Parts: sequence; structure tokens; C-alpha cells
Amino acid sequence: MTVSEKSADNFGVVKAEEMVLNMGPQHPSTHGVLRLKIYTDGEIVSRIEPHLGYLHRCFEKHCEYLSYEQVIPFTDRCDYLASMANNHIYAMAVEKLMDLEVTEKVEYIRVIMVELQRIASHLMAIGTFGLDVGGITPFTYTFRDRERILDLFEYTCGARLLYNYIWVGGVSHDLPVNFVRLATEFLDYFEPQIDEYNNLLTFNKIFIERTGDVGVLPADVAINYAASGPVLRASGVKWDLRRDDPYSIYDRFDFDVIVGDGQMGTVGDCWDRYYVRVLEMRESVKILRQALAQMPTEGDVHENLPKKVRPPEGSVYFRGESPRGELGFFIASDGKSKPFRVKMRSPAFCNLSLFSEISEGWMLSDIVTILGSIDIVLGETDR
Amino acid sequence: MELSDFRKAISGAHPDALAADAESQQWLEIIPEKWGEVALTLRDDKALRFDYLSCLSGYDEGVDGQLAVIYNLHSMELLQQLEIRVKLPREGGRVPSVAHIWRAADWHEREAYDMYGMTFSGHPDLRRMLLPEDWVGHPLLKDYETPEYYRGIEVEKDKRGWE
Amino acid sequence: MAFSLVNRFEQDNVFVEKIDNLINWARSNSPWFFQFGLACCGIEMMAAAAPRHDLERFGAMPRASPRQSDVMIVAGTVTLKMATRVKRLYEQMANPKYVISMGSCANSGGPYWQYGYHVLKGVDLVIPVDIYVPGCPPRPEALIQGINELQRKIREETPLRKVS
Repeated sequence: MTVSEKSADNFGVVKAEEMVLNMGPQHPSTHGVLRLKIYTDGEIVSRIEPHLGYLHRCFEKHCEYLSYEQVIPFTDRCDYLASMANNHIYAMAVEKLMDLEVTEKVEYIRVIMVELQRIASHLMAIGTFGLDVGGITPFTYTFRDRERILDLFEYTCGARLLYNYIWVGGVSHDLPVNFVRLATEFLDYFEPQIDEYNNLLTFNKIFIERTGDVGVLPADVAINYAASGPVLRASGVKWDLRRDDPYSIYDRFDFDVIVGDGQMGTVGDCWDRYYVRVLEMRESVKILRQALAQMPTEGDVHENLPKKVRPPEGSVYFRGESPRGELGFFIASDGKSKPFRVKMRSPAFCNLSLFSEISEGWMLSDIVTILGSIDIVLGETDR
Repeated sequence: MELSDFRKAISGAHPDALAADAESQQWLEIIPEKWGEVALTLRDDKALRFDYLSCLSGYDEGVDGQLAVIYNLHSMELLQQLEIRVKLPREGGRVPSVAHIWRAADWHEREAYDMYGMTFSGHPDLRRMLLPEDWVGHPLLKDYETPEYYRGIEVEKDKRGWE
Repeated sequence: MAFSLVNRFEQDNVFVEKIDNLINWARSNSPWFFQFGLACCGIEMMAAAAPRHDLERFGAMPRASPRQSDVMIVAGTVTLKMATRVKRLYEQMANPKYVISMGSCANSGGPYWQYGYHVLKGVDLVIPVDIYVPGCPPRPEALIQGINELQRKIREETPLRKVS
């Protein structure tokens, strides 16, 4: 046996000196202010220690000082890419605590807004995931279309990013004139765009090489880590709270729950997590078309707004499907106008906790891919 | 299964684990010493199968009350939900960690420790989750007082002249 | 007066101008900003750099490293844990450097000013700020105006003459 053969045998067995790399809190691909302490063996990652809290804005303490209505703007700022979903689920949690019903029209408006928001959030996820793996063009395409959704929101409630739109018992404004027509026009424009993204990014050879078979998340690990949303579904678990634990009026709509099928490698790889989001946008378009067609035109959106939000003593855990997964609010009331305790179960927090598990053994350059495929929002993980 | 069935199932396997709780409550209260065993039963028992820890919240009843940890469990297989509460004293309270049963609990427990200061015995790495390592106090306690300075930075807004 | 090469060349190919103005002209038209999205405002900063608002019209392009950037846009809530890092990043930037504080949180703590035990009440407590952009979050147009104001400010500087 020659020397070179011997060293080839030892390749991968010999452990190099461990090196600790610090990534963040300021790094273009950590999607905010996440800090990762990466322990590497050469180029191979052996362990990752995420450090959170660089955006801890004391949401839960604020809730104890503010009245129930005043909390809604703060839920906006938790997950700033899916503010409508946060508003919706918080408002529904308080409504459940108060045993309050809302009118049919309000339910439809809420679903329309939340599904539009889901498309906007997934567009952001897809665009920045493209940036993470080195493609700048998809980002410009998705942002172009995201702006159109923000225009619709702006037309409805005046804000581009943080809306404070869905209130306890109703919504802040009725839909403006021509909203249904404009939204339908947008959907007609948007649906062919999804094919464009597929041509541009999804089935791009380089993109598949970077993401297929990388960072595989098995289903049982995902459940044990309480993953949810596209991350869980990409691992092949058919679990969507809109379908399996229906809230609001989601049981009236016909849509599919998208699961990952390992088309470009193994079930639960980065490509699956990405593609689940692409297909989910199509399902959201389906829901939107049905909701826009069925929505009653008559009705007052302020009809059921309570004079004072003062739920009886008790507690509730309410959860719903935000674009990132299971968003839950645990609210405890002591019968006063301010919540006694609000705990936000943020999907990105749980999804991020499995990051170390699935990135072990991958190259350093794959870390960015895996992190991008989880799609975290730091405002929500740190609250 | 209903809450009363869960109550029966747990008291059958662990006779003295349930704290005295009223029928009207929507949750089960477990005494802290027994919680580790009960959690294993909850996950592994064929009729329970709670394999998904939805949420873990710390809770402070107030200055005169106790601390509590609230577990919202869900079963992916049997599609059932359960809320468990474990109460512990304000000073030196200890509750067994369930991070080895549901790994989702790892970060949640660190967060609860960060915010309330209760100890999770057996946790692999109980450090502060969100606040810096050198932070003093646990902010979500009802009797928490905001520090004046952190590393020489004024924490409270300077309101002189406009209030 | 703003310095404009094009106007001068229309009449003649020789012109006399202060070197101060030449430097200011170069600096003010390339305010490369530090890609420093902290929170919600970071998304609006990205939207400002994205196709519809297109910050690169004004010569402002995002850079990922503090070493390469001239302007730090503090976009979002600065927490106490982050404050020391913000200061260090500012110190890592090469002179001349400017800071735009974007959004209420960076200006004064924003909605977190009263009960935010972990929020810095204004980034100007740790680093000097040139331009404040109000809003929660400011629209991309507001950020563009902030950058234009910064350009105006740069043009009024006297980099070679030290004014006492």
C-alpha cells in the first residue's frame, strides 16, 4: 500500500482541529439578527449553536400592560411578513375567550386578507431563498409581484406592511369599492407568474444541485421538534391546521394540502421545503377565488365590535396556520381589560430549533441553504 | 377522548400524580415530582400518544401565588389535545425537564427559565434563551423591576422636559 | 450649489471648481449603504432596493460588509443585546461614514419606548445619527427622501478645509 492510498483511506476519518465560526448577528443571509456559532471540522459542520434574542422586543411583557385591543399592533410587529395572519389568530383567540361570534362577511374578508398575506410571505421566502443560494434575479421577480399585493392592502387599510386591520369582533375598514375586481385581476395576473418562477428558479439545474438532497428532515424528527407549516409538510406529513383543525370558515373551501414528495432527491430536503411554498401559493389562489366569489356583499364589518373587550376569567390556547406554521396564542384572563398572560407560540421558533439537527455533517456553504429553506422571521422567534 | 378519560388514564398509571383539581377545569394539574414519569406515559401509552408538544408557557399567578408551567399537547395520530399544568413555588421551584421526551421542549424550557427563573432539572443546557447572559432578573415575573442601566446604557426613556 | 460636470462641459471643456466640490460630488452620488436590516424596517429597506422603488437610481446600493459601505441604515429596533454590536459595526466602517436612523424604533424606541425593558431608546444613544426617517415602518419613498437629504448634507461639507 502506497502512502497516498493510505492517506486516501484516512480521509474523513482524521478529525481536524475544531474551529468555531461566528455567523451573525449581522450577516446578509441570516434573515435578520440571528447569531450562529458554528463548530466546524475543516469545511464540515459538526455542530451549530444558534443564539437568539438580538430582536427580543418584550412582546409578552407589553401585553400585560396594554388592553386587548392595543395588543393587536404589537402582534403585527412580531411576524412582520405575515401581519394579517398574526392579527387574525390573536383576534380569534380573544373571540374564543369571550365567546364572540363575527358576521359572515367579516369571516370572508379575513380569509381573503390572510391568504393574500400568505402569498406575499411565500413570495418573500422564495425570493430571499434564491438570494441565499446565489440567484439575484428571482428576488426582483418576487418583489415585483409582492408589491402588487401590498398595493391591495394599502388600498384596503392604508398601510403597506403593518396593518392593524383585523380587530377583535370585526375588521377596521370595510373592503373599498372595486376591491373584488382588483383582487381578481391580480389573481389572473399572478397565476401564470408561478410558472415563470418555476422556469426561472425551481427547475434550474444549479438550484437543484444546491438544494436537492441537502438538509434532509425525517418526519419523526420534525414531529418531535414540533415543526409545523411548510417545514413539516415537506417531510411528508399531511398536516395543515386549515384542513385538519378547521377554524374560521376554512372548511368551506376546496383546496389541497401540499406535501413534499422527494422529486429532486429525498423527502424533506431543502428543495421540497422550497417547492411546498411554491405550490401553496397556488392553493391560496384557489381559496381566494372561491372566497371572492362567495363573499356576501351586504353587511357591516363593525357590527360585532364589542364596546369594551373584557373577557371573563379563564384561559385559552388557540392555534392557526400562519405562513410559517402553527401560530398559537395562550391567553390567560383575570377578568380585567388587560390580559394577565399572553404567550405566543411562534412557528419559526420551533422550526429553528431543529436547525442544528439537520445541518450536522453538511458543508459550510449548505448552512445558508438550510437556514433559508426553514424561512425564519426573527421578530417572531425572539418576540 | 374527553378530559375525564385522560384523568382516568393518568390516575390509573400513576395513582398519586394528579394534584387535587376541580372537575370544572379544562386542564389536568400534575405534581412536579411525578411529571417526568407522567410525560413518558402521555407520549407512549397507546390510548394517549401525545407526540407533539404544541406550546410550553411559563406562568406567574402573582406575587402571593405560585409559578406554573403549562404544556399544550397534541396527538398527531389520534388527533386529541390536552393541557397540563405543573405548579411550583416561587422560590427555588424545580420541575423535571421533558426535553428528552419532546425535543421541542428544549428551547421552550430555556425561554421559560429566562423569563421566570424556574429550574428544569435534567435539562441538557439550561441557559438564558433571549436575554443576554449577564442580565439580572427574570422579566416576566409580576414583581420584576426594570434595571436602570445595562452595561452603562440607560434602559428607561429619559422623559425630562416633556412629561 | 451642487456640482455638475455635465453642465460645465456643455460650454467648454475646461472648468475651474473647488476640489471640495469634486469630492462632494463623488461622495454624494455613491452612498453605498450597509445592508443592516434589523426588523420590520429592514423589509421596507429591501423593498426600497427592489425593482419598484429602485434605490440604485441614486447611486445607493446595498453592501454586505461594513468595510465597503459609506452609509449605515439602522433599519429596525435596536435591542440592548444588539446595541454593543451596532456600535462595533459602526466602528468597523471606514471614514467618511454616515448614519440614517430608519423608523420610530431606531429614532426613539418607537412603540416599545415605555415598557420595552430590552429595547434601546434611540440608536443615537450609542452612535451619532445624521438623518432620522420617521414612520413605523417608513414607506420606501420616505427612505428615498432620507437618502436625498443625506446627499444634500454631504454636498454642503468641506472635506479639505476644516471649519472651526
